[in-house]
Amino acid sequence: MKIPMKYIVRSLFARRLTTAITIFGVSLVVFVFTAVLMMSDGIRQTLRGTGSSENVLIARKAANGEISSIITSNTYGVISSLPQIARGADGAPLITGDVVVVINLEKIGTDGGISNVTVRGVSPAALTLRPQIQVKEGRMFNWGAREVIVGSSIARRFQGAQVGSTIKFGGDNWTIVGLYDTGGDGFNSEMWGDVSQLQDAFRRGGSYSTVTFRLGAPDELEAVKKSFEDDNRLQQFEAKTERTFFEEQSEFMSIFISVLGIFITVFFSVGAIIGAMITMYAAVANRTVEIGTLRALGFKRRSVLAAFLVESFVLSLVGALVGMLLASFLQFVQVSTMNFASFSELEFAFALTGSTVFFTIIFALIMGFAGGFLPSIRAARLNIVNALRSA
Amino acid sequence: MKVFKLMFKNALRHKLRTFLTIVGISIAVVAFGFLRTVVTAWYAGVEMSAANRLVTRNSVSFIFPIPYAYRDRIAQIPGVETVSYSNWFGGVYIDKSQFFARMAVDPETIFDLYPEFIVPPDQLETFKKERNSCALGTDLAKQYGFKIGDVIPMEGDIYPGKWEFVVRAIYQPRDKTVDGTQFFFHWQYLDERMKAEMPGRAGDVGWYLIKIKDPNQSAVISEQVDNLFKNSRAETKTETERAFQEGFIQGTSLIITLLNFISFVIIGIIFLVLGNTMIMSARERTKEYAVLKTLGFSGKHLLGLIAGESLVISAFGGGLGLLLTYPLVGVFSLAVPKSWFPIFYVEPLTIVLAAISALAVGVLASIFPLQKALRTSIVDGLRFVG
Repeated sequence: MKIPMKYIVRSLFARRLTTAITIFGVSLVVFVFTAVLMMSDGIRQTLRGTGSSENVLIARKAANGEISSIITSNTYGVISSLPQIARGADGAPLITGDVVVVINLEKIGTDGGISNVTVRGVSPAALTLRPQIQVKEGRMFNWGAREVIVGSSIARRFQGAQVGSTIKFGGDNWTIVGLYDTGGDGFNSEMWGDVSQLQDAFRRGGSYSTVTFRLGAPDELEAVKKSFEDDNRLQQFEAKTERTFFEEQSEFMSIFISVLGIFITVFFSVGAIIGAMITMYAAVANRTVEIGTLRALGFKRRSVLAAFLVESFVLSLVGALVGMLLASFLQFVQVSTMNFASFSELEFAFALTGSTVFFTIIFALIMGFAGGFLPSIRAARLNIVNALRSA
Repeated sequence: MKVFKLMFKNALRHKLRTFLTIVGISIAVVAFGFLRTVVTAWYAGVEMSAANRLVTRNSVSFIFPIPYAYRDRIAQIPGVETVSYSNWFGGVYIDKSQFFARMAVDPETIFDLYPEFIVPPDQLETFKKERNSCALGTDLAKQYGFKIGDVIPMEGDIYPGKWEFVVRAIYQPRDKTVDGTQFFFHWQYLDERMKAEMPGRAGDVGWYLIKIKDPNQSAVISEQVDNLFKNSRAETKTETERAFQEGFIQGTSLIITLLNFISFVIIGIIFLVLGNTMIMSARERTKEYAVLKTLGFSGKHLLGLIAGESLVISAFGGGLGLLLTYPLVGVFSLAVPKSWFPIFYVEPLTIVLAAISALAVGVLASIFPLQKALRTSIVDGLRFVG
């Protein structure tokens, strides 16, 4: 016969303070665990959402990011003659050569200090290739002018990065004429201008950092990749979908955060397991007579074991729910950090995914089991006569 | 003295519980020590910087170069002792995951600027003489098994093409606070190749390293340097090496904040584990405390008894944790590539902080059960059923 659930829950209520402390401990651990996974997912989602899988991005094979990639004008010529490049309504190929650089700006707010901001020079086709860039405030920059538009994440966080201000770099003053909002991808943490202006200001000649074009048909990626392997003028470069490229830019940060975070939570969980164990052992010790009575009433050892294990699972599950609930509020928080791959500031939001919820619950159940198993065994092995006599 | 005996006896009454509590506290202390060590490693570049070194870089950002021609003009400023320069080379060795800093430097001056990198004089001489030679740290040599005379091939990204360097010097870091994973080669070697292949990029350096005679002059000299190049095509920003390094890690302040926050949460967890144990012990002994009170023991004795027990447990847990921190940090620094955290050691401050927090938690954890014990009247206490 099973011990009723109600009985189990009531016995947790009987020791409110200890129960609450244990639940609080578990929820702290779960909070940190969830928050770390959410942060790592947030960075990954932000960068994955940056690129489109219909676009192909070309960068130098050895380059870790866009700023260390160089594509000369000769190579650009070879790339732009690939037959797989789609054409726009006006018949012009949909291809952009981007120049990507990093400039220092002063941050707004209490931490202050300077940080790096990505400035991207683009060709006119870039706006067709990346339709998410829509000017919300002010106007689009003029081609051929020292003007830039700014992503809302940068305008929010940096001094002098608002519409109407001028920024000095490359020996010139650049006017910020517009603000765009992509709804939170990597481009939202950038500034955009005319590529030929940036090439001129930074004396880049005709060379670009990366080249992006739209595929004529989605299945032509393989053909493009093949031409990069076969053509010895292109062998130092690599073609990837734009989405894959930006997703890989998140790899280091998200792995770094997960590794550090998981290392920390493993430590934490041992603490929480020990907390749960202490609570459960105390529950067994205090309730020796009660256990004896249950056994005398005819409840099997099995049932007693199950009852105590369930009690421990309830503790850990409630803890997990509280922790996750607290962590879920982090979804409304936008934070920003330097992304090692691009060496510049990237704003992202914590993202709660289904797999995080799943892993957190599994993690909590493991904690509950580890904390409750030994005490439950002790409870189940109590001898009826000795237990009843122990008062 | 009797009170002390009772304190220890009480702590040992539930051997398993006390043992678990001590283990719990020690694990939390280890985690705290480890996290603080990671934060220390993060700031290692800042701690390593010397007060008599300035860094001059392009004012737009560190990715933009400045002309080599600035060198002589900077050297003329009074108070400047040596001017050296570097370029960030980047590049790929084996594959992209094998990261360590690679820099093109001026072989004549670089080791004068960094006396903390100790090079045998004969090796230094050969390194200076041979155009395609490189010098690297012992930690790097150990990691990849580099020996004098080895040829290291690399694939360039910022400086495209295939590159080869011959190991001619291996430097020894002066102590454990110095980075032993740096890789230096001749700036001339880089520049000659740029002249031939990308003439537009020849004659540029990444940043200047300036050694000054008097550290108190750093602000004045920085300003003089920047004024020299004001309104030129490459304006400069000069700051102390420390400020330069701080600027580098400023961008990752989010991660530092996170780590610091988590180390506070850890202290919170120690508190919960110990607090829980103390509350349970005190609750079980409600009757005993009433008996003690009846016998005439005052509140002061109860205070000593409960707080003392809590302190005994936290001291054991904290002590064990501190002992375990060293081997754990040791294992971790062996397990990850040396170039991830070039400088990884337990700072004395970390130990002090961990010890203080463990003891503070010991005192705090006893407050709640103490309050309850003092407040319960003798009659209620004797009547209490656990």
